[in-house]
Amino acid sequence: MKALLVAEYRENQVRECTYELLSFAERLGAAPVMFIVGDADALPAFEGPLYLAEASTCGEFSPSVHKALLLEVIAREQPDYVVFSHSSYGWDLAPRVALATGAGQISEILDLHEEGFVVPLCNSKLRSTLKASGPLSVLTLQSGAFAAAEPQGSPQVMALDVPAGTDPLRFEGLEEAEKSEVDLSKAEIIVSAGRGIGKKDNIEMIANLAKAMGGEFGASRPVVDAGWAEHSRQVGSTGQSVAPKLYVACGISGAVQHLMGMKKSDFVIAINSDAEAPIAEVADVMVVADLKEFVPALLSCLQG
Amino acid sequence: MKILVCIKQVPDMESKFKLNPEGLWYSDANLAWRMNEYDEYAVEQAVQLKEQLGDAEICVLAIGPDRVKEMMKKALAMGADRGVHIKDEEPWRMDCFGIASLIAAYARDKDFGLVFTGMQSQDRGSAQVGTLVGEMLELPVLSTLVEFSFEGGRVSGKRELEGGVRARVSAQSPAVVTCQLGLNTPRYPTLPNIMKAKKKEIQTLVSSELGVQPGRVEMVRVAFPEKRKGGMLIQGDISQMTSQLMTVLKDKFSII
Ligand SMILES: Cc1cc2nc3c(=O)[nH]c(=O)nc-3n(C[C@H](O)[C@H](O)[C@H](O)COP(=O)(O)OP(=O)(O)OC[C@H]3O[C@@H](n4cnc5c(N)ncnc54)[C@H](O)[C@@H]3O)c2cc1C
Ligand SMILES: Nc1ncnc2c1ncn2[C@@H]1O[C@H](COP(=O)(O)O)[C@@H](O)[C@H]1O
Repeated sequence: MKALLVAEYRENQVRECTYELLSFAERLGAAPVMFIVGDADALPAFEGPLYLAEASTCGEFSPSVHKALLLEVIAREQPDYVVFSHSSYGWDLAPRVALATGAGQISEILDLHEEGFVVPLCNSKLRSTLKASGPLSVLTLQSGAFAAAEPQGSPQVMALDVPAGTDPLRFEGLEEAEKSEVDLSKAEIIVSAGRGIGKKDNIEMIANLAKAMGGEFGASRPVVDAGWAEHSRQVGSTGQSVAPKLYVACGISGAVQHLMGMKKSDFVIAINSDAEAPIAEVADVMVVADLKEFVPALLSCLQG
Repeated sequence: MKILVCIKQVPDMESKFKLNPEGLWYSDANLAWRMNEYDEYAVEQAVQLKEQLGDAEICVLAIGPDRVKEMMKKALAMGADRGVHIKDEEPWRMDCFGIASLIAAYARDKDFGLVFTGMQSQDRGSAQVGTLVGEMLELPVLSTLVEFSFEGGRVSGKRELEGGVRARVSAQSPAVVTCQLGLNTPRYPTLPNIMKAKKKEIQTLVSSELGVQPGRVEMVRVAFPEKRKGGMLIQGDISQMTSQLMTVLKDKFSII
């Protein structure tokens, strides 16, 4: 069995998630072959065959070109699996490759067993086991689901030529994340507000709780998208990663992208009206309550 | 310009889910249904584009049983002009390739200048359908956009990458755009618009007539995740709950 692993490169660096692909291949029991559109001076530390196309000529983000390159490697290597990270790069490219090869695609894999690949359903409240029907499977891996392999060794590089044709999609450069005004990454106690707070006015209640506990307040993405809190307070895969001693999630369901940002917390308290909210799976204490009643009550205990 | 928006009806994620008799999907009995959150951004972006262009027609498309028409009415009340309902009693049996094939079969040769989809559906979360539709129609796909603009026939936008980094991308229309959370602020339909929407046309087609493709992914089974391990559950009366939590805070942290 052979797995073609699609490594990631951004701004002169191999992205960490690349090493998660390697440990997944090992779990699969498949021989890994790697592919990267990157830079000969910044190769993944991996002992094995690596197909390299230069980002300087093939574009750091150019879906049609990267697809053409991958199709060429697939034709040469005849893999059983093509494996991506479920990242902004992976979920964009994977369906393009799946369609072109006639493969079935399984997205956001978090586990595997003999019968197939396990993926979340309904914000992780359910798990579905899937398998591709044909000989080739295109897979994307949930970030963090497979521990990164230790980077080691150096690959046997096979250079790929620049494919003919131009991409109808033009990549015009990157914009850095906004500078954060609050640095949540150093906070020891964080109390975060989720959509469950219901309205903007209730942010104050969460901020007060944070203050009473001697910490900072954070927020989930919908709270930030709605303009109830600034982006620098967003915790998650597209916000900040935090590692406090105590994380209190108020009205946050526990979507994987939120968990990615707070999974390094030592102790997690969740306050949620839904006992089955997926945040319960990572909470050390799950308080099943309406936060609009519970938070004020807790505040008066803390202040009283 | 003709604009197509693909919208999916999904259960409220706060529902108590049960498995269906075959154990392959969730049971759709006793659920509250709504429009996929990501697709609300898609509808809103199309309506804003129509407001900008003046001359545009927005068609919303949904695949599913009759109940999806309720959600389509919301999209019509937000400002879409007409609906296409592709009737299928059990759309969950189709994989992403199957769903995308139906959408492409409908959209092909209809001269849509832009196709909007959500970046993912909240129940299946596969983030495939929009990109597949674009590839099937051989159109450029701008995925995961958190900013969108349209000028002189060209779509420009910002893709959201990890850690809040954004990539600026553009392509000539016709094109497909997949919408990420926060792309805009979806409007609430007003009462007059809800009334007006009642008169808008929803055309019904049947999935089998458009041609259902054999799937490429098989469902083996659906299950609940393993129960959480060891966490403490606090439930019941407010004053008891606060005192229980205060004990934890005192024992574990020197907060008080
Ligand atoms: C590519 C990508 C990147 C993303 N990045 C991020 C990110 O960085 N950060 C992030 O947070 N999300 C991110 N998301 C969004 C994520 O998938 C979820 O949509 C989001 O985290 C949900 O936020 P929430 O938990 O506040 O809201 P919901 O999921 O709507 O949950 C609200 C919760 O509040 C509870 N509740 C409701 N009322 C009450 C009440 N009165 N009292 C107590 N509890 C109540 C409900 O039971 C529910 O569990 C991303 C998504 C994608 C696709
Ligand atoms: N049954 C459906 N009807 C209409 N559009 C759909 C349907 N399923 C998926 N889509 C569209 O495809 C997007 C991505 O879905 P998915 O690939 O399932 O995560 C959704 O946000 C919708 O825009």
